[in-house]
Amino acid sequence: MSLPGPETLELKTSEDVVRARQRVRVCMKDQGFGLVDQTKMVTATSELARNAVDYGLGGTMRIESLEEMGRIGIRLVFLDHGPGIPDIDLALTDGYTSGHGLGLGLGGSKRLVNEFEIWSKPDEGTRVTITRWR
Amino acid sequence: MTKSTSRLNDILEKNEKEILDDWMREQLASGTLRKDLITESELRKQSAELLGLIINATRSGNVTEISGTEWKPVLDFLAATSKTRAAQGFSPVETATFIFSMKQPIFTRLKKEAGSNASVLADEIWVATVLTDKLGLFTAETYQKSREEIIRRQQMELLELSTPVIRIWEGILVLPLIGTLDSSRTQIVMETLLQNIVDTNSGIAIIDITGVPAVDTLVAQHLIKTVSAARLMGAQCIISGIRPQIAQTMVHLGVAFGDVVTKASLADALKYAFRQSGITVT
Ligand SMILES: Nc1ncnc2c1ncn2[C@@H]1O[C@H](COP(=O)(O)OP(=O)(O)OP(=O)(O)O)[C@@H](O)[C@H]1O
Ligand SMILES: [Mg+2]
Repeated sequence: MSLPGPETLELKTSEDVVRARQRVRVCMKDQGFGLVDQTKMVTATSELARNAVDYGLGGTMRIESLEEMGRIGIRLVFLDHGPGIPDIDLALTDGYTSGHGLGLGLGGSKRLVNEFEIWSKPDEGTRVTITRWR
Repeated sequence: MTKSTSRLNDILEKNEKEILDDWMREQLASGTLRKDLITESELRKQSAELLGLIINATRSGNVTEISGTEWKPVLDFLAATSKTRAAQGFSPVETATFIFSMKQPIFTRLKKEAGSNASVLADEIWVATVLTDKLGLFTAETYQKSREEIIRRQQMELLELSTPVIRIWEGILVLPLIGTLDSSRTQIVMETLLQNIVDTNSGIAIIDITGVPAVDTLVAQHLIKTVSAARLMGAQCIISGIRPQIAQTMVHLGVAFGDVVTKASLADALKYAFRQSGITVT
């Protein structure tokens, strides 16, 4: 089976967040993921894309289909060049928000996926990579 | 083209009536005139007013720089006209033709006035072309902006339309949420519900999320806020239609609706609401 090539979506506005969500939903479906997996990944997309828009001054989402050792997966990379996260552990703490959110987006996303990797540097930006395997 | 050399103002002023007559003829013959949307006398009034404003503006000697203050009345008029035309349903071509059909009548007069002096004629035609093109483009642009504005407004209206609050029984409201909830839509929907609770003096509001594909922290936060606001107003909210995949996702995400009553289906929520209100359904 041939995998679709990676693509990158712009994340600037809340409409872009909706678009990113819809794109992930379609990709998950195409790769044969079930409804629960789809919903989890779409929800994580919503959180990380909105963080990039709200805190990261906008960014991009790269979406990539994977096949490793017979496993099918979807990997998403959220990248922004915003202010970065000064304390990643604190940001991952449930209930912590520097804005007016519930403070559950980052930690929640981590729990919704199989692999979660975060890189951030003050004044350079933030990159969150998530992967879900079928 | 320096300011002082163009005779455009002179020529327009001297031939105002003839140009207007020709221009009207052009517009009536153009085939893009919407006789169903505008009457001939209205069109004549608009055309006469615009021509008058253009003559006024050219009197300053600035005949092509429409960003100058002397052109403000002309631009204001064009902006207002293209806005109404956009609202009335004129097409972009129909709207732009209003301006561009002015070219030929002006050229004809220029030709007459310039006589045999070809270089003067060429210069004047150039000036008139630059001017009408700029005015035409300005008109097309404001038309476009107005259309976008109209579409945006219709989308907003559609949002409100597509999320009706249903009064299912005396004192019981149902809000069926459908589709992707982005933050602006969620906001409107929730405000509508709260307003309806006040207007109908309802004690119970059921928010049904069967039609929502994903509940993220933002949607959850909106729901929680609405429930709290309703509570302050003396109404109880019930959230129904939390499907299995959404329930699982919410657990991982860590959002909890606290002590809010949640029901698997709208039917269950209705039964509960009826019981709460002391209504027996047989
Ligand atoms: N891309 C980013 N750039 C900079 N700071 C970020 C970024 N993403 C998250 N943060 C910081 O981490 C905090 C926690 O993020 P998290 O998504 O968990 O919660 P939140 O966005 O505040 O609320 P919500 O529950 O609605 O997502 C944010 O308040 C913000 O300070
Ligand atoms: Mg967040």
